[in-house]
Parts: sequence; structure tokens; C-alpha cells
Amino acid sequence: MASLLNNPTVRGIAFQIVFVLVLGWLVWDIIDNTARNLQKANIAAGYGFLDRTAGFGIIQRMIDYTEASSYGRALLVGLLNTLVVAGLGIVFATILGFIVGVARLSSNWLISRTATAFVEILRNIPLLLQLFFWYFVVLRNLPGMRERMTLIHGIDLNIGGLHVPRLVPGEGLWLVAAAIPAAIAATAFVTNWGHERQDRTGDRPPIGTINLALIIGLPVVAFFIAGRPLGVDFPVFNETGPLLRRGFQAGTGLTIIPEFIGLLLALSLYTATYIAEVVRSGIQAVSKGQTEAAHSLGLRAGPTLRLVVLPQAMRIIIPPLTNQYLNLTKNSSLAVAIAYPDLVAVGGTVLNQTGQAVEIVSIWMLFYLGLSVLTSAVMGYFNKRAALIER
Amino acid sequence: MYRTIASILAGAAMAVTSFASAGAGTLEDVKAKGFVQCGANGGNLIGFGATDENGAWTGIDVDFCRAIAAAIFNDPTKVKFTPLNAKERFTALQSGEVDVLSRNTTWTMSRDSSLGLQFVGVTYYDGQGFMVRKSLGVSSALELSGAKVCTQTGTTTELNLADFFRSHNMPYEVVAYEKNEEVLQAYEAGRCDAYTTDASGLYAERLKLTAPDDHMILPEIISKEPLGPAVRQGDDKWFTLVKWTLFALLNAEELGLTKANIDEKKTSDNPEIKRFLGIEGDFGQAIGLSSDWAYNVIKQMGNYGEIFDANIGPSTQLGIARGLNNLWSKGGIQYAPPIR
Amino acid sequence: MNAPANSFVRNALIEPQAAPRNTVGITGWMRQNLFSSPLNGVMTVLILAFIVWMVTPFIRFTLVNAVWEGADRSACATATGACWAYVKAYLPQFVYGRYPAAERWRVDIVFLLLVVGLVPMLIPRVPYKRLNALFLIGVFPIVAFILLTGGHVRLAGNLIPSSLMAPSPLRFAVQYAIIAALIIGGLALFAKLAERPVKGSGTTASIILGYIAVVLFLVSLDFGLVPVETANWGGLLVTLVVAITGMVAALPLGILLALGRRSNMPVVKLASTIFIEVWRGVPLITVLFMASVMLPLFLPDGVTFDKLLRALIGVALFQAAYMAETIRGGLQAIPRGQYEGAMALGLGYWQMMRQIVLPQALRISIPGIVGSFISLFKDTTLVIIIGLYDFLGQIQASANDAKWASPVTGLTGYIFAAMVFWAFCFAMSRYAAFTERRLDRGRR
Repeated sequence: MASLLNNPTVRGIAFQIVFVLVLGWLVWDIIDNTARNLQKANIAAGYGFLDRTAGFGIIQRMIDYTEASSYGRALLVGLLNTLVVAGLGIVFATILGFIVGVARLSSNWLISRTATAFVEILRNIPLLLQLFFWYFVVLRNLPGMRERMTLIHGIDLNIGGLHVPRLVPGEGLWLVAAAIPAAIAATAFVTNWGHERQDRTGDRPPIGTINLALIIGLPVVAFFIAGRPLGVDFPVFNETGPLLRRGFQAGTGLTIIPEFIGLLLALSLYTATYIAEVVRSGIQAVSKGQTEAAHSLGLRAGPTLRLVVLPQAMRIIIPPLTNQYLNLTKNSSLAVAIAYPDLVAVGGTVLNQTGQAVEIVSIWMLFYLGLSVLTSAVMGYFNKRAALIER
Repeated sequence: MYRTIASILAGAAMAVTSFASAGAGTLEDVKAKGFVQCGANGGNLIGFGATDENGAWTGIDVDFCRAIAAAIFNDPTKVKFTPLNAKERFTALQSGEVDVLSRNTTWTMSRDSSLGLQFVGVTYYDGQGFMVRKSLGVSSALELSGAKVCTQTGTTTELNLADFFRSHNMPYEVVAYEKNEEVLQAYEAGRCDAYTTDASGLYAERLKLTAPDDHMILPEIISKEPLGPAVRQGDDKWFTLVKWTLFALLNAEELGLTKANIDEKKTSDNPEIKRFLGIEGDFGQAIGLSSDWAYNVIKQMGNYGEIFDANIGPSTQLGIARGLNNLWSKGGIQYAPPIR
Repeated sequence: MNAPANSFVRNALIEPQAAPRNTVGITGWMRQNLFSSPLNGVMTVLILAFIVWMVTPFIRFTLVNAVWEGADRSACATATGACWAYVKAYLPQFVYGRYPAAERWRVDIVFLLLVVGLVPMLIPRVPYKRLNALFLIGVFPIVAFILLTGGHVRLAGNLIPSSLMAPSPLRFAVQYAIIAALIIGGLALFAKLAERPVKGSGTTASIILGYIAVVLFLVSLDFGLVPVETANWGGLLVTLVVAITGMVAALPLGILLALGRRSNMPVVKLASTIFIEVWRGVPLITVLFMASVMLPLFLPDGVTFDKLLRALIGVALFQAAYMAETIRGGLQAIPRGQYEGAMALGLGYWQMMRQIVLPQALRISIPGIVGSFISLFKDTTLVIIIGLYDFLGQIQASANDAKWASPVTGLTGYIFAAMVFWAFCFAMSRYAAFTERRLDRGRR
């Protein structure tokens, strides 16, 4: 008996059995309580409510949606809104983050100090506060609904948002659409040929230039062949008439709502400070000898950074960068504070109307978990490509 | 060390379960803990549920909770307030976090049935209205076609708004915020042409604007918003008690009983007043209280009219006229069944 | 030998000369650091212009045009600068929320105790670290709990049926004694069967059970303090309570999860990994929503947690997942030799962890832990969304107060909040950097 009780394997198994039992009891208890509470409150469990009419309006929608659409559709609208703001936020934050990260290492005292100040100020202030600041403070200082501030011809700003021309697809656009994959296929072919040639002759054909020309050129040629099948719908601005009729007319042009701009701005700036730190430490991790060797080979500062330091730094940068991208996506749920209708905001409204707490929270969790699994998979792929290949 | 963890867990579990109440009726629970837990408006709605700089609560909804405490304990201070926002109010009531929800909540069929709530009556007959800038030059809600409207999400307002504009075939854009403060800030900044919520709320919120006089409330009322307290479904005793506290406030006004004169009226020969004061009959016992419960309510809090006047009436900064909320005998629709 | 006659050969050393004027002093510094190339020069000028363009309006708003004195909104109605008079009038609310004015001294004591306990802990040179930690973890939370809530928790117990014994503190005590006896008895039985000394685990369990008993006794005592329900807490108080409680609760849980994830028991490892990844994969807002609307559904009938407690549970679980990953990093940095050495000495798993591995791993993780406390501190602002009034929430709520509403009130509030949060977070991040440097020095 004693030897049995002191046997690590036996004890391990026994502990795990107890662990599973306790965990199972806890989960069962929660499910049981939930079911009973829902029954008591007269709330039907299940996803049937998704087909019911939503009845509320949503200010930004990528797909057709009216008050008569279903809850399910409303959630889909919110989901797409999340994806758009997170996607654009990632692009802007990356660009800004790389610039600031490199700037922090600049030999110019003023540049590096400004970059440091930018990072230290913005990353030590809560994102929600920054969001409120950008939204409510900047909102107050924009021209009113019946006025406008013209940035470039056709692009105007007022409190209703950024008004830009909208592109209207015409007939024959499929030709342009088809040209894009064709161009990508062609670049793959050119790259392959270029590498082969380099291996054979040591000569390096200008693959980059050719590829760029292909990617831009083919669709442009297709566009003109198809007879320019793309209309432009400019936003219409009325200066006369009753006050409510003045200003930008609904349904003309494309309006980027201020909630979107505020959220994008706050997310990009905040995440950029983190990305800047990632980039800086990545670059600093590249041995100084590499830079010195590049300099002694006669490379200037720019090419040294681009061709020698950054490619090596990328290996260190990518994993934490992935994390920042995920953080940005998760942080986009703060949209709920400034009325940007993302998945969490729309879900919250649906939750309040239907009382289906379990279902809505499960939809949120599935979405964000799915997204984080997907992002780590994609980044894992890039990481693998950038990894040092050692013999 | 496995055992240490186990003992920590056991201790934690005991600490948690020890908070569990007996789970009898709400009235018994309330009497046992010694106070009424009341869900009030967390968004500082002046006149209905708001706190001042020192954290003291005022408002008609808040006073109703005090009236319940007065009925049970003869002490209106034996009430604790939980500030709730629109989204969490129903969960708070369903889960038992509050005993009664008195937070300018509209009585609707779905809330009364499938959300597990039960409304006891109407403390304030309201309707949804619009506030706009005077400079907009609009004098009717029907002229709001194409307007951008700010509102709070998770309310009936959001749905009524959609119904109103759709039924009149007018285009509109809604910007729905999570919290009252945000709606107001956005409206003030000019994000919207109009701000919509219950008309009473509009009067209260207008006071918080930088220049209240630059804004006006449009005459149209686009919905019925009977605001009232709600309790959990399934506890009839508690439901009856809360319901009759409201009726007592109304009956007192009808009988002319006020905070000031109620002691003199003890000698009155009017049998209705005698029943009300518990001198004749023991209506209090039937709802689990002492027979002078109604006397206590009026003595401590005053009748419905007094509460109305003190919080939102013409002499306050809100200055709302009685209107629909006057007694049925005076041209309003407030009407309570008799105590008999 | 005579000196060479050639006049072109120097026959005396020349005095060392000063460096060229344009490489020393302020001009030299500027040449080197600001204008080393034409492009750099242009950039310098551009950035200088940008800074002036950004900073001037800020200074003008916060200092030059600011309103410092005033009794209500009329003072700031036409102001073009910050309305500091409003911040002054509302400062108590920003700190205490709706905590009753007469009881605010209790909050002050808690703040004071926190500073007294924390500051010596953070300075490496101050001795008595063990006692200090004991005070911070064992004594301070209980004192703070009693002072802030008023104590006098009514323990009734619910395991013994009411027909046998009416609900009372006595019933709870009896029940607690029974469970404690069962645990210790179980331990003794196990020790006997396994032919081990009872002393080790038995003593630990008794100390912990005894400590819990003392804590429960203390919080159920009536100290004559007016109870203040958490609904009235607000402002900086809530921010600190959420951040600190979240952290203190997350740390042990995080350690357990980190150990679990590195455990070689497959079930434990799987459960820990799933827990950590799920919490890390979802935004804090959904966690808070879940805590505020779903947690009540999970509990049996009649059991309710107040809103602050629910938020705390959500925050603690969320933070524990992040903490686990930070500590796991520390655990991975411990060389295998340490584990092997400990095992060779015959230490069991928990002895090895407690005496050898964890002290080293936690030391390495300190900068990471401080870093994750900073993000938690910033994230506490999200409790606004579930209707708690933390520091930022209180400021936002007061900006639209009828008494102080003016065009500049909101902006003033936000700037003030930003400055306070910035000061806290910046100080903490400096501290993290300081410990990091110190650790580096120690390891070199």
C-alpha cells in the first residue's frame, strides 16, 4: 500500500483523475445552473433568434442591411466592420511603427528624441482615453454638418466624416478582375526565370521592376481594353435649401464616418508605439559588425538598413509583431465606447434586446479565437520563411 | 503541497458559498438583510435617478425605492442603490442582484414576458421625443427627414426611432452610443442633428448642455413610454407589496393625504382614510407588513404628487407639468385601485 | 650630437591645440547630432517646426489661457483654455467616487498603508523583505477590505440544513471546523498509509486553515464602521482596487497555470493550455461583458456577486492567463541543471519548485510582471463599459454635469486623466527598466 501511494506514476494518474472529476463537476454545475436560470427567466436557449427581425439601424454597413434584416445579418455587418478597421489599423500601425522604430535609432538627436517622446507618451496612456480624445475632442473641432473643409478636390471633411468619391463598377470589370490573378501568375513565372538565370550566369535580371510593371500594367491595360468600366460617384454638397437638406447628400459618394476615423487613428497610433519598440529591439539585436561590414563594403546607410540589417532583424521582429497584430484586433472591440458598430457593439445591442447572453458571448469568443488562430498560422508561415536556414 | 492547494480551494469554496442567502421569498430576504436593494439609473438622470457631489441620491425613481423601504421598515434610509446602465439592468434584476428595478424603464410586452420581469405599474407616463438645435429651424419631428440622430443603445428608443422614420418613409442615420454621457457629448459636438430619448430625459439632459437655451424639444411624442418599477417574475408576494406601495402613493394624493397633514387626518371619519391609515382593517398584514404601512410611506415620503413636485415638478429646474401624470380626477391618467 | 640644422624639422613639440571650433561645444554638438548631412538638416528643421506647432497650442491651452479659479460653469463658459477650476472642484470625486464624504478617511488610510507597504518593497536596499511581503500579502488586503467595505460580513453557512441549526455565524464556524477536521484527518490518513511523517503537509495545511479562520473571523467582526457598498466606490479608488486585486489574485493563479502548462501530466497540461489560450485570444471587453451578464447565470439561485466583484473575477482570470505566459518564460530560462540538481538531492516536485526553481524564475520575470501590471492598469479603464465608474469614468461622467458643463470641460477632464495615467504608467515602466538593468548586472 505504502509503495503504491508513493509511486509517482500512480500518484500522477490519481491526481489527474481527481482533477478531471473536479473540473467536470464544476463545468456540469455551471451548465446546470445556467440552464435552470435561463428557464426561470423564460429565455429560450439556442441560435434560433438569429433569424428574427433586428429592428435597429446600423450606421456603417459593408453589405445591404436595413432595420428589417435579421439579427444574424446585423452580427455579420458588425463582423465585417471589425475586420475592416482591424485590417486597415494593422497596415497603418505597421508603417508608422517601422518609421518610428528606425527613427529612434537615428543619429540625428532631435529625430531620435522626438520618436522616443512619441513612444513614451502614447504607450503610457490608456487606449480608451486616447480613443475618447481623438473622437470627442477632434469631433468638436471639425466643421459642422452643413459646412466642409476641402482637403483635395473631391475629398472633404466635416463632422459627418470624410467624404470621398466612390468607385462604381461598370460592365466588363470582370476583365480587370481576371487580369490581377493573371499578373500574379506571370510574376511567379518571371521570378522563377530570374532566379534560374542568376544561378546560371550570375547575372541578376531586374525582377522587381518587371514584376511591378506586370502587376500594375496588366490590370491597367485590361481596364482600357474593357472600355474603362469604372464610374466615379462624387459626393454631392448642397449649399442652399432648408438647413436639413444642406450639406452632403446621403447616398452620394462614400462617407467614412468619424467613429471609424477616430478608432483607426487611436488604434494605429497606440499599436505603432509597441511596434516601434519591437522594431527597435529587433534592429539592435543585429550585431553591430553587420552594419560595420556593410559600411566597409561601401553600402550607404539606406541600403545597409534595407539589405543587411532589416532582413536579419525581421527574424526577431516577426513573432512579437504577430502579437501586436492580435492585440490591435482585440483592441478594436473598444469601438463600443464611441458608437462604431463593430461585432462587440452590435452583439451587445442584440444581447440587450433578446437576452441571449450565452449565445452572443459564444459568437464573440469563437470569432476572436478563430481570428487569433488564423493570424498565428499566417504569421507562423512567414516566420518559417524568414527563419535562418542552418545546415 | 497537493493538499495545501486542496485546502485553499476548500476554504475559498466555503467563503463563496457562505454568501448564499437562504433563497426564500424576496420580502423575507429583504427583512433579513435589513434593506431594499434598488437598481437605479447610473447615468445621472436628473429628476429620476441621480447623485450629487456627495453621493446622495435624488429623483422620483429613487424616492419610490425609499417608499418601499418606508413601507417595510418605516425607515426610508434602509435602501441601497445599485447604479445600472441600460444594458445591464435586466440581468441585474434577473440574477437577484437588485430586489426592485426602478430606473425609468419602459413597460413592454416582451420585457414583461420573455425577459423574466414583471412591471408593477407606471410611475411616470412618458413618450419619446426629439431635441434639436434651434438654429436648425425645424419645428416638427416630421421635418427631420434625412437627419442624423443620436441615441443610447439597448433601449426601446432605438427601436421606436427606426419605426418612426420607416413608417413616415423618411431616411435617417442613427448613431447609437453605449452611455448617456457619450450621447450627450456627441450631440453637443454636433455629430447629430437630433437627440432622442424619453421626453422627460430630454428635459433633464438639456440642463447639462453648455447652452441649454440654444436647444429645443420638438412637440411630437412618437411613442408610448410608460416608465415603471419592475420585479422578478415568480415572487407574487413581493410583486404585490411593491405594486401596492405605488398604489398607496397615488391613493394618498387622491384622498388628500400629505406628509404634513397625515397626522391630523388620523382623526378623520372618512372610512377610506381610516382604511388607508390602518385604523380600520388590517390590509398591511395581508401583504406581510404592519397595518400602518401606508401611513409610514406617506409620513416619510409624501404622496405621489409631492414626490413628483419635489423632483421634476414646475418648481424644480426640470419644470415638467403634471400632464398625463395627473390624477384621473384632474385630467391625467394616473389611477389606482382602492384599498378595500 | 647637435640638433639637426634643417630648419624644416621641428625641434620642439607644439602645444596640444584646442579642437576645431566647429566640433566642440554647442555648435559642434549641433553639427554632429542635428546637421550631419543636408538631409539631416532639413529633417531637423521640419521636426522643430512640427514640435513648435504641436506644443505651443498645448501650452497655451493648459497654462496660458487656463482658468484656475471659479465656482461654477460661468467661470469657464467663455474660456479658451483648460478649466482647472472644474478639476479642483471635482478632485474628491475623481479620487473617491461616490464614497460618503464622512467615511473618506478610511480610503485615505488604505492609500497610506499601501504606500507604506509598497515603497520599501520596491527599494532593493531596504531590509526585512520577507516581513514586508507578509504584510503586503497577508495583512494589508484584510485591513483594506475591512476599512473599505466596513467589514461585518454576515457568515451563515449553508451546508448544514436549517432544520438542524438556524443560520448563524455559529453554524458557519461549526461547519468550518468540520471541514478543517476532515481535511487534516484525510492528510493524516494518507500520511499513515504512505508511511510518511504527518508533520510536513499537516503543518502547512493547519497554518493555512488557521489563517483562513482568522481572516473570516476578522471580516465578520463588527468594528462599528458604517458599511459602504461597492456601488458607491469610484474614481481612482476603483482603478487601484481593480488593478491591484486583479494582480494579486492573478499571480498565484498564473504560477499554477504556468506550472500546469509545463507539467508532464497530459490532462493538466491540456487544461492549462486551453485555459491560457482561450483567455489570451479574446478581448478584455468580452471578458468583462461575460463577467457582468453571464456570470450571474452561472451561479445557483440566490447567490449573487456585486458588480465590482464580478469585474474583479473577470479581470483576475484574464490577467492570470497573461501572467502564466510571463512566468512560463521565466521558467524556461532556468537551466536544466537546476532541475536535475534539485532532483538529485531527492527533493519532491513541490519542494523543488518552491525552493529552487520558482525563486529564480520569478526573479527573472519581474520586469515582465511589472510590464503586464502596467497594461492591466491601463486596461482597468475598460470597466467603464460595464458601468463601473473608475477614474476615467468618473471624469467622463462629471464633464457633463449641469454645474460645470462648458465647451472646455470635457477636454480639460481628458487632459487631466491622461496626465495622471501617464505619470503612474511612466513611473512603473521606469521601475521595470531599473529592475531589468539590476538583474542584468547580477547575472553578468
